[in-house]
Amino acid sequence: MSFPWAEQYTPKHPVMQWVDEKLPLPRLVYNAVGAGYPVPRNLNYFWNFGVLAGLALVIQIVTGVIMAMHYGANDLVAFGTVEQTMRDVNAGWLMRYAHANGASFFFIVVYLHIFRGLYFGSYKAPREMVWLLGLVIFLLMMATAFMGYVLPWGQMSYWGAKVITGLFGAIPVVGEPIQTWLLGGFAPGNASLNRFFSLHFLLPFVIAGVIILHIWALHIPGSSNPTGVEVKGPQDTVPFHPYYTAKDGFGAGIFLIAFSILLFFAPNFLGHPDNYIEANPLSTPAHIVPEWYFWPFYAILRAFTVDFFFVPAKLLGVLAMFASILLLFFLPWLDTSPVRSGKYRPTFNKFFWILVIDVLILGWLGGAPAEEPYVMMSQVAAAYYFAHFLIILPLISRFEKPLPLPGSITEAVLAKYGKTDGETVAVPAE
Amino acid sequence: MVRIGAFLVGLFFAGWLFISFLIGAVAYVSEPPVPTVEHEFHEPVKHVSFSFDGPFGKYDKQQLQRGFQVFKEVCSACHSLKFVAFRDLEALGYNEAEVKAIAKQWAIKTPSVDPATGEASTRDPVPADHFPKPFANNVAAAAANNNAIPPDLSLMTKARHHGSAYVYSLLTGFQEQPAELLKHFPDAKTPEGLHYNPYFPNLNLAMAPPLSAEGQVTYGDGTKATVDQMAQDVSAFLTWTAEPKLENRRSAGLATIIFLLIATGLAYMSYQNIWADKKKAAV
Repeated sequence: MSFPWAEQYTPKHPVMQWVDEKLPLPRLVYNAVGAGYPVPRNLNYFWNFGVLAGLALVIQIVTGVIMAMHYGANDLVAFGTVEQTMRDVNAGWLMRYAHANGASFFFIVVYLHIFRGLYFGSYKAPREMVWLLGLVIFLLMMATAFMGYVLPWGQMSYWGAKVITGLFGAIPVVGEPIQTWLLGGFAPGNASLNRFFSLHFLLPFVIAGVIILHIWALHIPGSSNPTGVEVKGPQDTVPFHPYYTAKDGFGAGIFLIAFSILLFFAPNFLGHPDNYIEANPLSTPAHIVPEWYFWPFYAILRAFTVDFFFVPAKLLGVLAMFASILLLFFLPWLDTSPVRSGKYRPTFNKFFWILVIDVLILGWLGGAPAEEPYVMMSQVAAAYYFAHFLIILPLISRFEKPLPLPGSITEAVLAKYGKTDGETVAVPAE
Repeated sequence: MVRIGAFLVGLFFAGWLFISFLIGAVAYVSEPPVPTVEHEFHEPVKHVSFSFDGPFGKYDKQQLQRGFQVFKEVCSACHSLKFVAFRDLEALGYNEAEVKAIAKQWAIKTPSVDPATGEASTRDPVPADHFPKPFANNVAAAAANNNAIPPDLSLMTKARHHGSAYVYSLLTGFQEQPAELLKHFPDAKTPEGLHYNPYFPNLNLAMAPPLSAEGQVTYGDGTKATVDQMAQDVSAFLTWTAEPKLENRRSAGLATIIFLLIATGLAYMSYQNIWADKKKAAV
């Protein structure tokens, strides 16, 4: 894999030579995230978020494993053991708040990573597999986050588990048996809590495995870049290390500062107060809402209020919610424009920003109560979401006339820095 | 093929959502939603300031001690505080001997087992014990309180929006039901045994006004025990019970962020340094 001009791993120390002969693991790392991986030289800050998502996963695994040492996965004690972690375990409050807010930050960086992929056309050939594996990671993250939210066994944990497993209950005929099977009972209980804990511990390692595949698939064509123009020669790339390790180090610093501000000064800002009330099957919260990162999908779920002949509205909502994520798997074949970057696609650009605003509105509506006028607004917003991906995008890519692309990555970079240097360089007509 | 399928799916979802929107909009215009009594009369929390407000605020230990006294003499008759132990009170400025005395003299005893007979009995709490619950179980709690179970207060200020101000508003918010309310919503008259309070989500709660008269407790530090003062103090105390590590968290946060600012500054400089030759035209 990679480009022919990639730097070769040549261990100098005899011990490293010995290791390389027996198990070329250092070589693998060198080629994956070291000097052996040539990367386009023009990446902007949006290319930091892949590494940051990896960092967020590491934070979640470290804090999560420590929390698991103090957690009791039993419906009678779970809430109390979490409180005990907060009060009596050394730095337990830090682990818990870091884990709860870490989940939010994981989603923030992953959403920005997906935003990057959507705007710069990273999902297009030859990187379809990278995109598909990324979506698998996203689905696994959602499952993991949902099950993790159930573990403290607060009111939102309990009722969230009931609502989300209830989605499967909407399937005709087999729905209710499936819901009972998933929960291990007719309502969330000890059996549900135990299996959710087991899976919540397992899935992050599955995510780590799929991340390896995601990076592997990325390294076959190499990284994309903001111009969307393919790498043409060695002058277009720099080695990942030290160039992008340095840039990612700076990005990680900014990420950790933002994370620390929330973690240390507003740790409950993104949480729901009801989850500090112990689960009570006899008392339904006034508004059951999931965590903020599910709000856009929750708004789509609740937007369906009218039965379609014999199909109940609830089932339509469930189908639409799953469809809203699954349609992303078809994106490489829906957007057929050969131009990757949104920078050179004037029509795409306009609709793309409408989509971004649309998803933000859906997010706001997903957190709002299921009342008018919020429901009507979410119907319009959800309609645009589907229309954008399934109708507008294929049409744009067919009829749009893209702007002229730069001849190469180096040409684009020189156009940016050329003037300051006073050298004569070819500047593409803009 | 993919695009034709996608077009049909997109047309179905977007079309049906649009039809649902039209149906909803017609209903909204023809029958606008009727305002509810909660919607009209529920009030947002009162503005109240505490020493722990803001990113660097700290607890006022004198106030926490006063709040603890209110909890001890008023709230603890009905409300449990199950996640807090007597030993935790050292954070309020009591020394070990004082905590021991507080535990020993606590009115409610800790459930225990008679070492001679094995029968259920009680004993004086020790500092390691959590605060004993005033009722043996929920049935007893409901029976003694007009069928309403007094909630545990350990996490109350984190379990409500704007918790500290909410507790304060609720405690000082009991009042007569406004005449205007009864005029517009004659069915919403506060039922027998409940008490009107516009800060409570459904406006009527089972708890009778717990802080009703000035001087209900006698503060050791000479602070005048007005209802407002007692409500503020106990709200501060319950903020501490919900978030006992608040001061550790904020000071650790300040140190962490200072460290990260320096580290990030260095990372930025090394990033600029490494890239210096790539950001010029000459390659």
